[in-house]
Amino acid sequence: MALDDRKSQFTFVGTSPDRPDGLDKVTGRAKYGADAYAPGMLHGAILRSPHAHARIVKIDTSKAEAHKDVKAVVTRADFAKVPFKPGLEGEFWNVLENVMAGDKALYDGHAVAAVAATSALSARDALKLIDVEYEVLPHVTDVDKAMAPDAPVIREGAADYSVPEGMHPNVVRYHESGHGDVEAGFAEADLVIEDRFVTEATHQGYIEPHACLASLGNDGKGELWCTTQGHWIAQKTCAALLGIETAQLRVSASEIGGGFGGKTTVFIEPVALALSRKANRPVKIVMTRSEVFRATGPTSSASMDVKIGMKKDGTISAAQGVFRLQGGAFPGAPGDLTAMCAFAPYNLTNVKQTGYDVMSNRPKQAAYRAPGAPMAAFAVESVIDEMCNELGLDPVEVRLKNAAHEGTKASFGPRYERIGLVETLEAAKAHPHYSAPLKPGQGRGISCGFWFNHGGETSVSLALSEDGSAQLMVGTPDIGGSRASMALMAAEVLGIPYENIRVTIADTATLGYNDVSHGSRVTYASGLATIKAAHHAVEKLCERAAAKWGIPVDAVKWENGCAVPSGSNAGDFDPMPLADITADMGSTGGPISGHFEATPEGAGVSFGTHIVDAEVDPETGKTSITRYTVIQDAGKAIHPSYVEGQFQGGAAQGIGWALNEEYVYGEDGRLQNSIFLDYRVPVASDLPMIDTVIVEVPNPGHPFGVRGVGETGIVPPLAAIANAVSNAAGVRMRQLPMSPPRILAALKGNG
Amino acid sequence: MVEVHLWSGLRSLTGGQQVVEVQARTTGELLRELVRIHPQLKGPIDAGVSIAVDGRVIATGLTEPIPEGSEVYLMQRLRGG
Repeated sequence: MALDDRKSQFTFVGTSPDRPDGLDKVTGRAKYGADAYAPGMLHGAILRSPHAHARIVKIDTSKAEAHKDVKAVVTRADFAKVPFKPGLEGEFWNVLENVMAGDKALYDGHAVAAVAATSALSARDALKLIDVEYEVLPHVTDVDKAMAPDAPVIREGAADYSVPEGMHPNVVRYHESGHGDVEAGFAEADLVIEDRFVTEATHQGYIEPHACLASLGNDGKGELWCTTQGHWIAQKTCAALLGIETAQLRVSASEIGGGFGGKTTVFIEPVALALSRKANRPVKIVMTRSEVFRATGPTSSASMDVKIGMKKDGTISAAQGVFRLQGGAFPGAPGDLTAMCAFAPYNLTNVKQTGYDVMSNRPKQAAYRAPGAPMAAFAVESVIDEMCNELGLDPVEVRLKNAAHEGTKASFGPRYERIGLVETLEAAKAHPHYSAPLKPGQGRGISCGFWFNHGGETSVSLALSEDGSAQLMVGTPDIGGSRASMALMAAEVLGIPYENIRVTIADTATLGYNDVSHGSRVTYASGLATIKAAHHAVEKLCERAAAKWGIPVDAVKWENGCAVPSGSNAGDFDPMPLADITADMGSTGGPISGHFEATPEGAGVSFGTHIVDAEVDPETGKTSITRYTVIQDAGKAIHPSYVEGQFQGGAAQGIGWALNEEYVYGEDGRLQNSIFLDYRVPVASDLPMIDTVIVEVPNPGHPFGVRGVGETGIVPPLAAIANAVSNAAGVRMRQLPMSPPRILAALKGNG
Repeated sequence: MVEVHLWSGLRSLTGGQQVVEVQARTTGELLRELVRIHPQLKGPIDAGVSIAVDGRVIATGLTEPIPEGSEVYLMQRLRGG
């Protein structure tokens, strides 16, 4: 339900007008990453390691360089030669190592060299002329095997302060938190269940592959066009990796065909810039789908042990979890976040969570909406479901009984401010879906989910035109409808129609720094900045009106798009519309703009509850999702149909992750399913209609009450679907994906 | 004085202490004080931390005020997708 029937204190916020990018997208006019061209442009291609783990003994590029169509060849030697020096350490060094291998190829698909040629075909052909001599090393791709004492070491010295002594060098980060006494809590329980759960890596599966057009001269000045969730981080990272000044590289974000966290870093962009610098011509690189799968960030895979104690009345007396995540051949798997999110929905006296970040010979993991949280929910919510079944308790009532609320001490430490979990559970209980009868062979699953949300560095600029329209420049690429939301929030403050505001994603040369579009931060942080920038412009509009009327500025207020006297003592003047003030602004003090730059710190956490019905075919093991309802707290839905889209998108991606999607590695450590034919994402015919309920418990940290909604929607689906499938099949499913062969095996194992 | 609650994984760096008392009016001062009292906390703090003040999670800001008597938790730096 899209809130159309609700009354509101807002005029524009809470309505769902047409999207401003709609016409361009349906007519093919929108320019994506691969839609840029430049005079004299070359095409780049990247040579990738066929080995999961190998020392690079020698790279001979001479034959490729001699090819008539080849204008440049680069290897690691062509990047900033400053390993581990200040400015290129930590994550910058990891990213450099990932975009172009150094001494070792660390996973199947790791870039080892690149060429730029006059055509894409010539570039790909020229890759075959590069001779790489490898010394193949033992590899490991499984998280548990990577932690075992005999596992090959991926990189010595990568572990930080947090790792306890005696652990394998592949364990690079360790997290432990919680409160109370879990052993005492388990002793109080009437039922204790401990279980092990496993999830495979999945890819964000954005339809648009990575693509860019780069130009970099020997003067250190460059231009980069790319598909990205954050062009300032692309600017900063590329500048560091190429040893140039940040401000000399201008980066523009293209329209983006999906990101979901996977486009929050760089892959091909520094390579294209290095090729361009060497060839002295613009270079375009477009990844193939296979390259996207092999060399860009999938999620972590996970192995998890969860133990929960419950009293007969459903009270959880203790909860404990161990979460092991592999994040590829680099530190960064979100074992800490997995642990911190695992029990966050519940009000627990005794809780303990442990997370491990483990390296393996796989591509560097990247965020995928609420990184790490969906796996934790799968394990925890599965155990809770099993306990409800054993104790004969209603799964929503049990969650309500234990639900966190304002003032609850969170499993990760602090007390919650105002949160909306209970409201989502009450809405689930009241929803017709929850009481609808199931057919034979069907099962129902429930799950809650939690995500932190984020603020981040944000700059917004708003400029008024003489005719009273407005241009709004934001720096957060629009990955989920944010241009519409920004225009609605600006319209609300300015009091002019939504249609009169054009929102542009500014490039790095025309606006101050902006953090990546991640962490569900855009509607929150860019929205807050938009509201403040609009208020800034309104202050100036009031000043101009006051000057025209000859009254003090504090005697003027802004109402419904007009300056009006603030009271009867201020004078008797007709309301002065915005367009009357902007019409002659050039001669009454100059252009009128509003700005805001800050790092808002009040994102407000978010919760959701999902209800899923599934039907399992016992002969084939195929699962059908027959009904799906997403209930989530949005704080305040600025553009309700976009909010619904985020909810539905999370459910759709969750269905893929739960049922079919997985990275399949062979014994040789090579990825076996690097195309969409073999890596099965859900298509329209796999999905039911996905109902939504938008709960609105305002976030105290946002002027309109917004909470981010982009990530929480991916947290409950794995668990809710697993619970539905387990209840339908009559056997607990502890491993994802629940593909037909796994379901058949589980049914067989269950007799 | 403000009591700062650490996550339990940090106890190995503070001689077993999970609550550290510091004199600090801002989040930045708080982090500086923590490192002064327990130098081994420099590692995790440099790696990035977030701070919750009375339940409000401050992801990165060093200038956020810490009212006297507020409940303060150190958290791992949050990341998103």
